[in-house]
Amino acid sequence: MTATATTATPDTGTAPVLEVAGLGVRFATESGTLSAVDGVDLSLAPGEIVGIVGESGCGKSVTAMSLAGLLPRSAKIEGSVRLLGTELVGAKPGVLRAARGQDIAYIFQEPMSSLNPVLTVGRQITEVLQVHEKLSRKEALERAVELLGVVGIPSPRERVKHYPHQLSGGMRQRVMIAMAVACQPRVLVADEPTTALDVTVQAGILDVLRGLRDRFGTSILVITHDLGVIADVADRVVVMYAGRVVERAGVDELFARPQHHYTSGLLSASPTPGRHAGTHRLQEIPGLVPVLSEQPDACTFADRCPAATDRCTTSRPVLEPARVSAPEPAQGRPMGQGGPDGLGREHLVACWHPRGDTPRLTPEDRA
Amino acid sequence: MSTVPTQGAPRPDAPEQVHDQPVVLELEDLAMHYGPVRAVDGVSLQIRRGQVTALVGESGSGKSTVGRCIVRLVEPTAGAVRLAGADVTHLSRGQMRQHRRDVSIVFQDPAGSLDPRMLVGDVIAEPLRLQGSRLSRQERSQRVSDGLRRVGLRPEVAKRYPHELSGGQRQRVSIARALMSEPTLLVADEPTSALDVSVQASVLNLLADLQRDIGFACLFITHDLSAVEYLADDIAVMYLGQLVEQGTREEIFAHPRHPYTQALLAAAPVADPAKQRARTPVLLGDDLPSAMDPPSGCRFHTRCPVAVPRCAEEVPTLRKVGGATVACHLVEDDGTGPDIRSAAGTVEAAGTAAPAATAPETATTTGRPA
Repeated sequence: MTATATTATPDTGTAPVLEVAGLGVRFATESGTLSAVDGVDLSLAPGEIVGIVGESGCGKSVTAMSLAGLLPRSAKIEGSVRLLGTELVGAKPGVLRAARGQDIAYIFQEPMSSLNPVLTVGRQITEVLQVHEKLSRKEALERAVELLGVVGIPSPRERVKHYPHQLSGGMRQRVMIAMAVACQPRVLVADEPTTALDVTVQAGILDVLRGLRDRFGTSILVITHDLGVIADVADRVVVMYAGRVVERAGVDELFARPQHHYTSGLLSASPTPGRHAGTHRLQEIPGLVPVLSEQPDACTFADRCPAATDRCTTSRPVLEPARVSAPEPAQGRPMGQGGPDGLGREHLVACWHPRGDTPRLTPEDRA
Repeated sequence: MSTVPTQGAPRPDAPEQVHDQPVVLELEDLAMHYGPVRAVDGVSLQIRRGQVTALVGESGSGKSTVGRCIVRLVEPTAGAVRLAGADVTHLSRGQMRQHRRDVSIVFQDPAGSLDPRMLVGDVIAEPLRLQGSRLSRQERSQRVSDGLRRVGLRPEVAKRYPHELSGGQRQRVSIARALMSEPTLLVADEPTSALDVSVQASVLNLLADLQRDIGFACLFITHDLSAVEYLADDIAVMYLGQLVEQGTREEIFAHPRHPYTQALLAAAPVADPAKQRARTPVLLGDDLPSAMDPPSGCRFHTRCPVAVPRCAEEVPTLRKVGGATVACHLVEDDGTGPDIRSAAGTVEAAGTAAPAATAPETATTTGRPA
């Protein structure tokens, strides 16, 4: 567990609840194979919130879906996904079914398409509880009311009788979260949980996620394209590009000293409120995310990278500890340093020419 | 719209005296009701030549409907839309045609706004054709090439279909099409919301460059205040069909006075973990009230953390406060008022120290355990 002062550390030791090693996903398509995910390693400690960030097509959602075997059969999965010690890649359907809901649960971007429009939200939550926890109908309803309260829905006793269309987008996402955590899963995977929502509503949903971690010690994997969301909730960050993990670090460390040129490019490209604008341009990353049929023995970012050399196009960089000077003591959360402790807390980067101690350009520098 | 010239550092090439420029768009008490749904309910706005005004609001605020009224995709229920002085509010499709070259629109989703069966070149040439311009094939293809080059695409793209392009390239095609008729006003309705961060940056840069070079006026409709700070001269904030605050970019970002503007600014997460942790999130209730039955008095009072009984009874009018106009009972004439983002709870009047007003206890909700 991280040493976060505000977190109630669950007494479950520090062994990761989720360990992903060498995960690869390929799809057979009409136009040949598509390599969506290649050699992804990540781990999730109890009570930890890890963010996977990347642009569309980087493989972040496919990674998330593959964890509990949610991908279609056309997906060829290799590598290992261990959830609480149980191997899930290639596991029998019964094993996967038992894990889903109980140990790992999901929430998705668009709550309306994940909720059944013809059943009340109470009915949908109690169904989960009746199936997995074998509760009676009455007990399940009580728990459903309680859960709606936990996710911050006012007057939950009334709301259980409502149908999804009677709720606002934020309320629906809260209902989805209530369903997902009904059986108190150890791992919650939130795939773009706030992308369809307005910013004022988003803040509330992120608070609910943080609350779940603090209250139940739930480990949460947040998948997003929004660096603001990452900065808000994540303890550690995994940056993905074209199916690979290009950088992994604690959240403060990553934002302060991004090592991969893609990470620093993403950070500079995000418009940030408060930056005095109008006098300078946003930084662009030239080029496009490649669509890969085969994973090449090269850096997939090379043709967009300002620091690329011949080596980058002929040899694939592996994730290695970044050579940055010791960070100043962090306030709040721990920095992404601390050596190999099995929890992947060190700062890793897959780049032949990492940025090292080059400070990130601040808007003031560029103006 | 505010006629106050841009304060602080002006945009390098911006006309120095914006308020001397002719008005290209004027909305007067614009209302658009879809049956009982009052999507837009009394919006007045002015945009002058070369001016970029951002219309900001959340989904359901009616901001896109305003855009659709301006390009007359819909006929407003009441009020007036004037393009370069000409009233186009109730013109028929035929009558509207001669005004079409004055105003163009770029939509959010380029995949949905480009005909998948038309070559990019034909898409871009269509505004020319509709204007009845008699160009030779060669002139036409020259104009198309120029249009594509202007938005950073190679002329060969003209022979491709939209599905062969990436999202960012498609949005460039939409922009090229919109600028083909040399409009004096461009309505950009969430032009970057469907794009990835790195692509979004390049499209925003492109729009800013084009605007500076060509000098068209622009109504930039968005939910994202951070994109706005980067290119707008003026900002108008919309809530449930009405404007709640408008002013220059500097004024809105430095001294947001309406509690809703403050909430919008506070809610957008910034890509900086330390800053993000340090600030107090302002949590508004989830539910945007129904536009079929908008709340009495100030429409924001049901979600406003500092509302007083008067807010539910009396409709606040937009009035001039400092360099902005605000519709809030709690904002004093000198610009002081509650700031829901800080525990201190006051916004300072520009340039003067704020009197120590008593902050309502319920002003903020601390989202994180201490």
